[in-house]
Amino acid sequence: MNLALPVLVPVLPALGAVATLASGKRAPGLTRPLAILPVAASAVLALVVALQLGTGQSLDAATRLAPTGGPELSLALHLDGFSSLISVLVGLVATCVQVYSTAYLKDDPRYPSYAALVSLFTAAMFLVVYSGDLVVLLVGWEVMGICSYFLIGHHWETADARSASLKAFLVTKLGDVPFLIGIFLLGADAGTFRIEGVLKAATEGQLSHPTLTALLLLAGVAGKSAQFPLHTWLPDAMAGPTPVSALIHAATMVAAGIYLVARLLPVFLTSGAALVVLSVMAAVTMVGSALCALAQDDLKRVLAYSTVGQLGYMAGALAAGDRQAAVFHLVSHGAFKALLFLAAGVIIHAAHTNSLSAMARMPELRKKVPDAYWTMGIALIALIGLPPFSGFFSKEAVLTAAEHAATGEALTNGLGPASAVPSAAGWIVLVAAGLTALLTAAYAARLWLLAFHSAPVALTAATDAPYSAEIDEADPAHAEPPAMRWPLWVLAIPTMGFGLFGLRSDWLPALLDGGSLRPALETAVIATGLAVAGALIGYGAWRSVTARAAAAAERVPEQAGPPAAETLAPALPKPLADPGRLLLGPLFGPALHGFHVDRLYSALFVRPTLAAAQLVRFLDREVVETYVRGTGTGANLLGWAVRRSQTGNAQTYLSVLLGAVVVLTVLVAVGS
Amino acid sequence: MSLLAAAGPLEPAARSFLSPTGVEIVFLLVGVAVLGAALVTVTTRQLVHAALWLVVALGGLAVEFLLLTAEFIAWVQVLIYLGSVVVLVLFGLMLTKAPIGRSPDADSGNRWAALAVGLATAGTLVTLVVDAFRTSWIDLGAGAGSAKATGEYLFRHWVLPFEALSVLLLAALVGAIVLSRRDDEGKKPRPRPGKLRAGKPVGTSSGKES
Amino acid sequence: MHLAYPAVLAALLFAIGVYGVLARRNTVLVLMSVELMLNAVNLNLVAFDVWLRDALHGGQALTLFTITLAAAEIGLGLAIVLLVFRTRRTADIDRLTALGDPAEDGPAEDDETSDATSAEAVA
Repeated sequence: MNLALPVLVPVLPALGAVATLASGKRAPGLTRPLAILPVAASAVLALVVALQLGTGQSLDAATRLAPTGGPELSLALHLDGFSSLISVLVGLVATCVQVYSTAYLKDDPRYPSYAALVSLFTAAMFLVVYSGDLVVLLVGWEVMGICSYFLIGHHWETADARSASLKAFLVTKLGDVPFLIGIFLLGADAGTFRIEGVLKAATEGQLSHPTLTALLLLAGVAGKSAQFPLHTWLPDAMAGPTPVSALIHAATMVAAGIYLVARLLPVFLTSGAALVVLSVMAAVTMVGSALCALAQDDLKRVLAYSTVGQLGYMAGALAAGDRQAAVFHLVSHGAFKALLFLAAGVIIHAAHTNSLSAMARMPELRKKVPDAYWTMGIALIALIGLPPFSGFFSKEAVLTAAEHAATGEALTNGLGPASAVPSAAGWIVLVAAGLTALLTAAYAARLWLLAFHSAPVALTAATDAPYSAEIDEADPAHAEPPAMRWPLWVLAIPTMGFGLFGLRSDWLPALLDGGSLRPALETAVIATGLAVAGALIGYGAWRSVTARAAAAAERVPEQAGPPAAETLAPALPKPLADPGRLLLGPLFGPALHGFHVDRLYSALFVRPTLAAAQLVRFLDREVVETYVRGTGTGANLLGWAVRRSQTGNAQTYLSVLLGAVVVLTVLVAVGS
Repeated sequence: MSLLAAAGPLEPAARSFLSPTGVEIVFLLVGVAVLGAALVTVTTRQLVHAALWLVVALGGLAVEFLLLTAEFIAWVQVLIYLGSVVVLVLFGLMLTKAPIGRSPDADSGNRWAALAVGLATAGTLVTLVVDAFRTSWIDLGAGAGSAKATGEYLFRHWVLPFEALSVLLLAALVGAIVLSRRDDEGKKPRPRPGKLRAGKPVGTSSGKES
Repeated sequence: MHLAYPAVLAALLFAIGVYGVLARRNTVLVLMSVELMLNAVNLNLVAFDVWLRDALHGGQALTLFTITLAAAEIGLGLAIVLLVFRTRRTADIDRLTALGDPAEDGPAEDDETSDATSAEAVA
């Protein structure tokens, strides 16, 4: 097979990024084609590469990049079913996002740099996916990190965006440091940075500290994929433009961590402890993020927490030792979550607000954005996991994997013995996944009902919407341009149909590890039941609060404040228009603030750091500076004294001269 | 030091400081007079008197030269120092309008530092000299400094430096003339205002100089 | 004769000359003190010449040269003094301080401004 094609896949968007940047100011007309075409070409190429490769094949090519004296760095290419599948996903989502952005950021003065960064990001993601060398992979990984930083901070005029971008960067870097050390450990143990060499060493048991290495790698994965201890950056990252959220924080970058674990799963399989840690991480992430999502008011933050939760599913599947379930869910989630974000962008564009409660007060929102209404519904059903949409199948795969792991028959698909996965990890994932399925259905129902089906009350409310992070939107009075509509339908196709690929074992599973992805009957029934129950609970809660709010509104008719508007009428006894408030009860407050993890981190890490910085500043300004200033003052004083001695009186000079001569003479005479 | 030790006759036992010869007594007496006159020269408040006491000191030194058998130098001393230098100094005093009589500001403010430095110099030098030469003895043979002997060594061994010295004297003469020549009328060098740091002018009113 | 006598006399005379050079205010008197120092050297030269019985009589010859040089020096010196007196109207050596650095004020207090700039830089 021709090597030029897979090489071109990451190279084209990178060149496109350079060209976009170079032409941004001089030829603004070229920016859009330069942004879209290379990415689209890469997507097509990725598809071609995937088709050429076929199923069950893998391709490895390497050229030595730099001799280091130790393990060598090589520019290695590794293609197999996983990488080609994910590269197709990345290409598809990136193309959709670029097209969508042309309309969404039409009037943005920084559109060229934005488009260039998205292209560069896509290139980096392709590099991560295709790379067969851990160090080269790390390069792509970090380029994605910095692109993410810039893109989150796209609206750097707002303090939110600035702090969110900084936070995202710092938190992911916090994970990347142990990740780097883990890579070095792997390279040192295996004698090479090539992934195949590392995997070979892992299966042969050559790793000296498998648990330590796996945990170090997990730190990086947790940072990049927003798993529990380091997840806090992702909800805040929604300060970036919505297409960026769709591309980076839903479909691709956060998936990089999952993808990496999938690639290195044999390493993790050598350490049961690391798998248990991963499962606990995934479980806490799933449940916590679902609870948070139930309480959020910001549409994009709901989606962000849901992303965190779905990533937790994938991590859970990996903890259960089944990487093809994880990647299956990754791809289907990538499609429907990108769709969700893009639809959310349309809605935000139309409603001119991020706030669900503000949307709830808008009449006829669903009539204004029919495409978003329908596609979002599809994507939400996929998210909940109802058949026959893709989410159902992929989630079933995860649950099946967890169940098998719990009973000690983990579906490792030949990567390691089934006994390598502790059954505790399976149980943890299984229970958490079931609970999360319920919660997911509840918050999805809440989102859907609040955004589109609320009783339109208090028409004035729409005018003073609480806030909108987007400052660059087009006039909401106009309908969305086609460039913002048709990517939704393009993404809706895989959202609906992708799951079917997993049914036949010679379709998707053949591309991956070859195990079955067919849903098992018991888990399917349980999970579907849970999802339906969750949706019904959400609906019931919504009905209940709506009725109560209507009653409250009748009781206080003279106070025109809309019953749903907790932001507008803080003085009123707040009507429980939010089903999340009813469902969560006392947990609502903590969940709204992400269970105060941020505050905890602030107390634990940020404040000591700031205090240390203050101390250093004090030391620098008061102590070091005093010495510096003292040097200056001393030199001044010395100069003043010396200057005083320059009287111009020759007799004084001569006196000093002769006196010194005498002293010298005496010294010499006495000393000799 | 080996040169000095080899050169002079060293008979410390025979020569005691307590039994001075006649020449030594005269030398000491004249020396005391010279020192006294020199002291008065550097301390008196009457400027012209200082010049005159300088005459005494230099004349005393001429006597010392005679006692050291350097006759010719003694007479040269009398001629040049007493005859010309002191006269020049007196002229200088007068040309610079030195006040006749006691002037209270004859000593500068540097006086005490000067005293300290002078005392230190004296102490150091005397200590060194006495330490080095307290046992050395000069045999005063006659005729070593006579005009004849002087002429011989001067024009036999030292004739080239002597001629060079004459050129130097000529240069000094020319220099002194150039320096002290007054520019003619109309090209009078006026004091530059920026550099005028002097206090009130000494002597008569400004604009008219001697 | 003991060599110590002329040597000590010369040393004392030299010290007196030093004092005069350093303490006198009138430039002409300073020149006179210089003459005293020169004569102290002369005395040394003569005494050591006699003591060493030098065949070349270097000491005495140098004494003669020194006397000549002293004459030249006093001539030039007085010319300079006269010139200075004519332009500055004084012959007081401690008033001829044009070469000095006039330090009227205390040490320069300009570090306040540098503080301000550094504070801005820090901020």
